[in-house]
Amino acid sequence: MNTVYFDNNATTRVDPAVLAAMLPYFGELYGNPSSMHTFGGQVGRAVREAREQVARLIGAAPEEIVFTSCGTEGDNTAIRAALAAQPEKKHIITTRVEHPAVLSLSQHLEKNGYELTLLGVDDKGRMDLDELREAIRKDTAIVSIMFANNETGTIFPVAEAAAICKERGVPFHTDAVQAVGKLAIDVRELPVDYLVLSGHKLHAPKGVGALYVRRGAAFRPFLRGGHQERGRRGGTENVPAIIGLGVACDLAAANMAEENTRVRALRDRLESGLLAAIPDAIINGDRDNRLPNTSNISFKYVEGEAILLLLDQLGVCASSGSACTSGSLEPSHVLRAMGVPFTYAHGSIRFSLSRFNTVEEVDHVVRELPRVIARLREMSPFRAGSEAEAALKKPACSC
Amino acid sequence: MWEYTDKVREHFLNPRNVGSLDDANAIGEVGSLACGDALKLYLKIEDDRIVDAKFQTFGCASAIASSSALTELIKGMTVEEALKLTNRDIAEFLGGLPKEKMHCSVMGQEALEAAIRNWRGEPAVEHAHEGQLVCKCFGVTDEQIVRAIRENNLKTVEEITHYTKAGGGCGECVGELQKLLDAELGKAPLCETPLAAAPKKLTNVQRMQLVMKVLEGEIRPRLQQDGGDIELVDMDGSTVYVALRGMCTSCPSSRLTLEGFVEKTLREHVDENIVVKEAAA
Repeated sequence: MNTVYFDNNATTRVDPAVLAAMLPYFGELYGNPSSMHTFGGQVGRAVREAREQVARLIGAAPEEIVFTSCGTEGDNTAIRAALAAQPEKKHIITTRVEHPAVLSLSQHLEKNGYELTLLGVDDKGRMDLDELREAIRKDTAIVSIMFANNETGTIFPVAEAAAICKERGVPFHTDAVQAVGKLAIDVRELPVDYLVLSGHKLHAPKGVGALYVRRGAAFRPFLRGGHQERGRRGGTENVPAIIGLGVACDLAAANMAEENTRVRALRDRLESGLLAAIPDAIINGDRDNRLPNTSNISFKYVEGEAILLLLDQLGVCASSGSACTSGSLEPSHVLRAMGVPFTYAHGSIRFSLSRFNTVEEVDHVVRELPRVIARLREMSPFRAGSEAEAALKKPACSC
Repeated sequence: MWEYTDKVREHFLNPRNVGSLDDANAIGEVGSLACGDALKLYLKIEDDRIVDAKFQTFGCASAIASSSALTELIKGMTVEEALKLTNRDIAEFLGGLPKEKMHCSVMGQEALEAAIRNWRGEPAVEHAHEGQLVCKCFGVTDEQIVRAIRENNLKTVEEITHYTKAGGGCGECVGELQKLLDAELGKAPLCETPLAAAPKKLTNVQRMQLVMKVLEGEIRPRLQQDGGDIELVDMDGSTVYVALRGMCTSCPSSRLTLEGFVEKTLREHVDENIVVKEAAA
C-alpha cells in the first residue's frame, strides 16, 4: 500500500535534490565553517552561499539571516530580543490562533510580568486590523502575528499589520513558517522587523530554520556562545541542514508560482470532491484567502481521531483538530477561537498537500473518505435531527 | 499517535455489537456531541440476565473499542454481576488503555449503570444531580471524581483528568480536584499510602503535618466510632500534646487509649520516638 501523504503542514518530504546537496557535508566535507584552514573554509563558503539562497527567497540581505534550529527557536529568539531591548515596555500583542511557539511563550511571559493582549478572529479565522490599532499601547513591546495559520491556512494581513506597527513605533514579528515557500514574500515590501521560517516545512530537513532580522532592528542573542552567525546565535552550525535549507529555498523560489497553481488545483479537487460526496461537512477557514495547499474540513457526528485511524488503514496521512488528537481534552484552539461549534470541531480533518502529491492520490481520498465517514456515522448515536435530543442529555461543554 | 494495544485496534476496526436493539428493555446514554464522546447502550434483559447488548458510540478509537469491549463483557451476565463491572475491567479486557484515554472506559461503566437504572424504572438520574458539579467544562461531579479516585487508586490530579476528564478544559477546578484527592488520600488505609514509607528524618513541619494526617485519617475515625474524639493541641519535638473529647473524657480506659492506640499508631506511622501526652486542661 502506498502512503498518501497529505500532512505537509506537519512536515514535508526532503526534496531529493536537497538531500543530494546535503550528503557531502555528512561525509568528507566535515570541516568547521569557522576554522582558519582551507578545509573548514570551504564549508564556510557553502554556508555563506546557503545564507544567500535563503535571503534571496524572501528579498532579504544575507547578513539579515540568522540560522536557527527550528521555527520555535526563531520565534522565541525574536520575541525575547524585542522584549530585552525595551525592558521598560511590558505589553505583548498576538493572536488567539498562533502556533504554540508564539502562544505558549506569550502565555509564559504573561505569568512573568508581561501583559498580554490576544487578538480574536472571526468565523473564517480572519483578524480585524482595527482591533490591532486599538490594542497598541505606549508600552507595547512587540506585536506578533502569524503569516498564515497552520490549521486552516487562513492568510493574515501581515503587510497592513506591520505597517500599523511601524507607524506606531512598535517592533513587529511574524511567524511565517507555513507561508515561506508557499506564498511570495518580499521583506523589502513588508515592513516586518522579524520573520521566522522553518526548513522542514519547505522540503528541507528537520532541525534547521532561519530568522530574518531587519537591519537596524533590536537584537539580543537567545543562545550565547561563540561568534557564529555574527554573534547572534552561538553554537556550531548544523552545516548539512543549512546547505539543505539553502537548496530548498532556491527550489521554492524557482517553482513557487507553477507548483502552487498545481497544488491549489489538487486541493480544490479534493475539497469539492469530498463536499459533494459527504453531507454535513463544512470547510473551516477563509476560502478566499488561504494557503494553496491547505484544506480543513469538519464532518459532523463523527470524531476526528477515529477518522484519522481509519484513513491510516488506507495509507492516508492527515491530521485533526479534535480533542482526542490534541493531547488535551479540548478541540483545537484555532477552531474554538473561530467559533466553530464543538459538534464540528471534534470532527475536523486537515489535509495539507505539497508538490509531491498527485491527482491519483486526491482521487483515492475522494473515493475512500466518504465510506470512512459513513461507517463512523453508522456507528454514532447522533445524526441529523438527533441534535436537539443530544443537547438535553448533558450540560454542554461551556469553555 | 496513541499507543493502542492490538486488542484496542482490533475492537476499533471490527467493533462487536454495533447498532441499536429494537427490543431493548434497558437503554443508557452518557456523554454528548459537544464533549467529544458519547455512548448509547442498548440491553435486552431477561430473568435478570443480559441476553443481548448493542451500542452506538461517537468518539475516538478507544471510545469505540471500550464500547465494544463492554458489550462483549456483559453479555450473559446477571444484572447483579454487571453492576460489579468496573472501568478497569473494560480497560483490562482491551489489554490496557493509554492513561489519557481511561475516561473512555469510565464512560462504558457509566452507560452500563444508566441502562440498568433505566431497566429498573429508576429515573435516569443525571450525574449532575447526584453530587456537586465540580468540572463545569465536562459536567463531572464530586461523586464521580471520588469514585474514580477510589476504584482506580488515583494519586494525582492529572490522573483524575485522564479518568474523568475533570480539569481538562479551562482548568479552573484543578484546586478543587486537589482538595478532593487530598481528602481521599488522607482517608485511605495507611499501609497503602506513602505515609508508611515516611522518611526517618523529618523536619518539624513535616512531622507536624504527618501527625495531623495520621490523626485525621487513622485515629479520629476510630475514636469517633466509639463516640469519642481527639484534638491536637501542640507539639514539642517528638512530644505530641492532645486533648481527648467526647466519650473519651469520661472513659476509664482513656489512658490506655492514649498509650496503647494513639501513641502506638503515631509511632508506627510518624516517628518511633513519639510520646503522646494529654494537654493540661
